[in-house]
Amino acid sequence: MSIKHAEEYRDKKLSRSLIQEIQKNSRKPVRLMEVCGTHTVSIFKYGIRSILPKTISLLSGPGCPVCVTAQGEIDAFIELSRKKDVIITTFGDLMRVPGSNSSLQQERAKGQDIRMVYSAFDALEIAKINPDKEVVFLGVGFETTAPTIAASVLSAQVMNLTNFSVISAHKKVVPALTALLQTKEVNINGFLLPGHVSVIIGAGAYRGFIKNYPIPCVIAGFEPVDILTSIHMLIKQIETGKKDLENAYPRAVTEEGNSKAKSLLNTVFQSGNAIWRGIGPIPDSGLFFQKAYEAFDATRRFQISYQQTPEPKGCACGEVLTGIKTPLDCTLYKKICTPLHPVGPCMVSSEGICAAYDKYHVENNRGSCNDD
Amino acid sequence: MTTDHILLDHGSGGKMSSAMIRNIMLPVFENPILSMLNDGANLEINGVRLAFSTDTYTVSPLFFPGGSIGDLAINGTVNDVSMCGARPLYLSVGMVIEEGFPIEELKRILFDMGKAARRADVLVVTGDTKVVPKGAADKIFINTSGIGWIPDGVDVGGEKARAGDQIIVSGTIADHGMTILIQREGLTFDTEIRSDSAPLNHMVQSMLAVSRNIHVLRDPTRGGVGTTLNEIAIQSSLGIKIYEDRIPIKKEVAGICELLGFDPLYVANEGKLLAFVPPSEVGDVLSAIQKNPAGKDACVIGEVTDTRPGRVIMETRIGGERIVDMQTGEQLPRIC
Repeated sequence: MSIKHAEEYRDKKLSRSLIQEIQKNSRKPVRLMEVCGTHTVSIFKYGIRSILPKTISLLSGPGCPVCVTAQGEIDAFIELSRKKDVIITTFGDLMRVPGSNSSLQQERAKGQDIRMVYSAFDALEIAKINPDKEVVFLGVGFETTAPTIAASVLSAQVMNLTNFSVISAHKKVVPALTALLQTKEVNINGFLLPGHVSVIIGAGAYRGFIKNYPIPCVIAGFEPVDILTSIHMLIKQIETGKKDLENAYPRAVTEEGNSKAKSLLNTVFQSGNAIWRGIGPIPDSGLFFQKAYEAFDATRRFQISYQQTPEPKGCACGEVLTGIKTPLDCTLYKKICTPLHPVGPCMVSSEGICAAYDKYHVENNRGSCNDD
Repeated sequence: MTTDHILLDHGSGGKMSSAMIRNIMLPVFENPILSMLNDGANLEINGVRLAFSTDTYTVSPLFFPGGSIGDLAINGTVNDVSMCGARPLYLSVGMVIEEGFPIEELKRILFDMGKAARRADVLVVTGDTKVVPKGAADKIFINTSGIGWIPDGVDVGGEKARAGDQIIVSGTIADHGMTILIQREGLTFDTEIRSDSAPLNHMVQSMLAVSRNIHVLRDPTRGGVGTTLNEIAIQSSLGIKIYEDRIPIKKEVAGICELLGFDPLYVANEGKLLAFVPPSEVGDVLSAIQKNPAGKDACVIGEVTDTRPGRVIMETRIGGERIVDMQTGEQLPRIC
């Protein structure tokens, strides 16, 4: 996509006319959830909440990978970094996530060898030039990132890199949507579905979900015009009583998705039960190593078992991630839990809901669940 | 979670740096000049007004498109002194060099420093060199301090913004920070972005020649425009409103920022300034900046308001509103 192309999706005039359309069509109060953390940030970055009619409440979902990584997993990452001759490689936004007693950033300051990388392939390079060290990549993310991690595992096999392994804490989006709708307190009238994940899994991946749990769904891109178009489509569905899946991001998302990426993912990983921070266990929502690639599974290599750790007292991340509360409804938000001293994971990642509220939310604009 | 070790975030120029300075450093040196927390200190000695500033430079790689640690070390301090409204005159240079550092590279750095000093019309008048064992420093660290003379009638400072002031940025933002990031991380983008490292003293002098009512001058280095505007809003106890569609940024810089999940408002600049000017004089000051080659893209990006004191609000390109907060720590590349 060229930059000029993206500019068209940020057009002021087009955005204005979409907002007018939304205002014209939106009558009953609705609660829409953007599932993806990148959507949360885009919505704030463009100030979309501040220009929507009062009838529309936007809730942020469990789509920030760092935020839903279980605390037990974070503790295990930290524990692993303290082992001798281990180099931990990770994407940047895991660095500050608080475990029970420390964070990767703090461990690095104490001298552990923890390196930020931009791709799992950078970790392969590090493994290649450090044959005497064990190089572990921390695999956190959704179906968007998992295929490239799978590709790095396949490459490691070809390169015969025996000192490279991955902790797969990857998660799948559709089982989380199902879990959300099975939760009693959750009250959502429609989903903005994640654009990047959908590029990989395809619109078809949601068909079964919609059939079992009919609810208005629109696959959304990340530019303001994309997001406003998707909100407009959701409002039209809700006002006319429809419960369909629509694709507002056809320039990137097809029905089938990216079959090459899916094949990579399925070659290396298989689904299994996973724990989501703040939410709990969700069946078939995690991606774990297939038997044929177990040799690259760092949890086996280092015999890591995850400890169940209680969520920090008073932290409402679980309710925030499920749209039951917004950060403004959490008693710790901005008082005890700040970006400088995060209590829960939603305050840490750049895509975390609480961090986004703290960074972008204009105080007198709407945003609390109690507003409507 | 509190920390008992210094983290890289403490050096980011954002909230963690600010907390460290206010909680650990200021109480030790407590005095009214330091407490102003401006880019440099404004001093008065026997009726002569002087500006005095110091900065330490560490950058990896040492040489990058558009500059090196050498010209950065000269330009940075020249600019800090200039932001006090002063004419920088004399600089000191201190170097900490790691054992084994190639003399050829040291010569290149010194060459760049000499060139930058001549360009800025300042003299390096004193210096010091230390060599430390291999591993005790990363190649070379440079400290420069600078002293300059503040002309009569010039009265600038972060605390002097007034409601109604127009905010000028002297050119495109985020060029330096993204250039360094690309080079340091070996990211292979097909791009020609360069650091904007440049002395701003001549620009400031031409601005002061057309207006003695410039209230604030700041160079948005570490922490970027976003953090600097927050500092000024807090120091002046006023609100700041900026407009997203007016902020100049090169397309390729914006593209790379987006790809990595970086907000250009928090990315470092090394040859740009922010000026707060009353509306009646903004035209003259803007043309003075634009006459300088480093200021050709200068424009007004917002204004000072008396609402929401201490807050920076941005009107987004589609007409929404959001906060531009002070950065907490280093920006980290995101997962997806």
